[in-house]
Amino acid sequence: MAGATEHPGGRVLVPPVAGVNRWRRQWVALLREPGTVLGLFLVTTLLLAGLLAPWLPLDDPTEINLPDRLLSPSAEHFLGTDHLGRDTFSRIVHGARMTLLAAAITLALSMTIALTVGILSGYHGGWPDTALMGVVDLLLAFPSLILAIAVAGALGPGLFNVLLAAGAVWWVGHARIIRGVTLGTRQMEYVTAARAAGAGSRRIILRHIAPNILGPIVVIASLDVGWIILGIAGLNFLGLGAQPPTPEWGAMLNDARPHLQTAPRLLLLPGAAIFVAVLGFNLLGDGLRDLLDPRTVRQGG
Amino acid sequence: MGAYLARRLATLPLLLLGISAVSFALLNLAPGDPAEIVLRQRNPGQLPNPAEVAAMRVELGLDAPLPVQYARWVSRALVGDMGQSYVTEQPVASQLARRSVPTALLTATALGLALVVAVPIGILSARRRGGVVDAVARLAALVGAAAPSYALAYGLIILFAVKLSWLPALGYGSASQVVLPAVALSLAPMAQLMRLIRASMLETLGQDYIRTARAKGLAEQTVAFRHALRNALLPAIGATGVNLGYLLSGAVIVETIFTWPGLGQLMVGAAVTRDYPVVQGFVAYIAVVVLLVNLAADIALRVADPRLRFGRDEA
Repeated sequence: MAGATEHPGGRVLVPPVAGVNRWRRQWVALLREPGTVLGLFLVTTLLLAGLLAPWLPLDDPTEINLPDRLLSPSAEHFLGTDHLGRDTFSRIVHGARMTLLAAAITLALSMTIALTVGILSGYHGGWPDTALMGVVDLLLAFPSLILAIAVAGALGPGLFNVLLAAGAVWWVGHARIIRGVTLGTRQMEYVTAARAAGAGSRRIILRHIAPNILGPIVVIASLDVGWIILGIAGLNFLGLGAQPPTPEWGAMLNDARPHLQTAPRLLLLPGAAIFVAVLGFNLLGDGLRDLLDPRTVRQGG
Repeated sequence: MGAYLARRLATLPLLLLGISAVSFALLNLAPGDPAEIVLRQRNPGQLPNPAEVAAMRVELGLDAPLPVQYARWVSRALVGDMGQSYVTEQPVASQLARRSVPTALLTATALGLALVVAVPIGILSARRRGGVVDAVARLAALVGAAAPSYALAYGLIILFAVKLSWLPALGYGSASQVVLPAVALSLAPMAQLMRLIRASMLETLGQDYIRTARAKGLAEQTVAFRHALRNALLPAIGATGVNLGYLLSGAVIVETIFTWPGLGQLMVGAAVTRDYPVVQGFVAYIAVVVLLVNLAADIALRVADPRLRFGRDEA
């Protein structure tokens, strides 16, 4: 994802007449939305927690310490301990790392498939387009989480299998959008001009089509992260993915089910962590969409 | 309308064939030998010997070439035979049929709840844009979209069943037992519908014919409910398929939590124990249901929206 935004064609997103000033003004406008600022803050906190988790002064998230089991929050254990005496705060912070890593892998996987299918379909047209869009239509009939559960179940339990399953079902809708943008760009006069000037398919795709796809992709990706986090945590919660003692939020929830009556905190904390992460990415995604998608007219105050 | 319907119905068998292919592929995508998995299921803790595995392969029909297996699966599925569960050895089709009732009950209650809350609040929030209701509704929609149904479900259980003891947490059978799972399931589609209705109501209220209606001197109530609402609700019909997807996906998780004996619980159990015939049958069944509901929604949309019938139909 980060690689995509640094693509040399990124600048083309700004209409040539608008100039850098308008671009900068838009970013400033973005930061005036309280929702976007909150989203940015939550995502930054999450990223920092995820990146720095191993170096923060935290207890080992997997170290079992039975005498300390099910302790209430205290100065020593900020959010208490779980049924095996592990520090809940440390597990939540390390969970951020797992969650972000899982979301990044799934996003990269699904975007790669969506880009390949979408560009191939939109650029070449003809029978590959008909065939690929037929597959897309077909897969859209399956609710994605249900298909992901089926694929994850077929592959057997494991976090990596869950990521494969999520990536394998998540690209479908995006391929359609990328195809549409590719198709629209291909018919532009400047593409015809480039082709007349002797540019090959490769050059046209990289220099002319890619920059146009970039905006929609950043918007899709930023709105996607929230859904991906929810979905993957759901699969982990169902026991299909990360296995104990991995500090992963969905798996932690599943693990805490027997302690519903005695320590509801163990269920509510990972749930709240998932909620905050998803909310952060959704808020940031909404802000980015308003900024990057010129078709969206701002609605609401 | 007739030509449109005929065209849609003509593509239906093709889609059904595709759905069966995807479902069938799930089994063959799986690493490992299904025959071995069956034997491990039936005799836990024992390592099956090669002779037993070979015999089981013949028994399950796995010795035939893949195209033959696929043709067999499809021809049986067409007459309602979707194979047997590896674990319980019961017919998959009858399990699906039995489990459909509780799931239909749960999803219908949740959808009803979502509509009853989302439609009036969506309308009110668009009419009083920027007001208190609007602010609260937008916040609620954001929260509803980000809250994981599983965490929410446990939140509801902890509050209403454990702390307050107002409602039963688990089980199936009485009316009070449907409340918590239905609420947990309804929040995601409720949030989505509320955003959708608010946005489409705002768009509709900005149309020329609304200005005309106001210029005629009609009361604001009449303009909003007689003129605007009818068009503003169309996208909600169009989103039926998406919402059904939310509801069914959510039901898988919510049923597991509330021990609701529906399709979702069956599916999760089958996925965890790698009971492939059940997973296959379930996936095909859900895809067919989604496909048919989408078709019905598209037809309903055409009946409700003459622009679709006279405009794009010829394209």
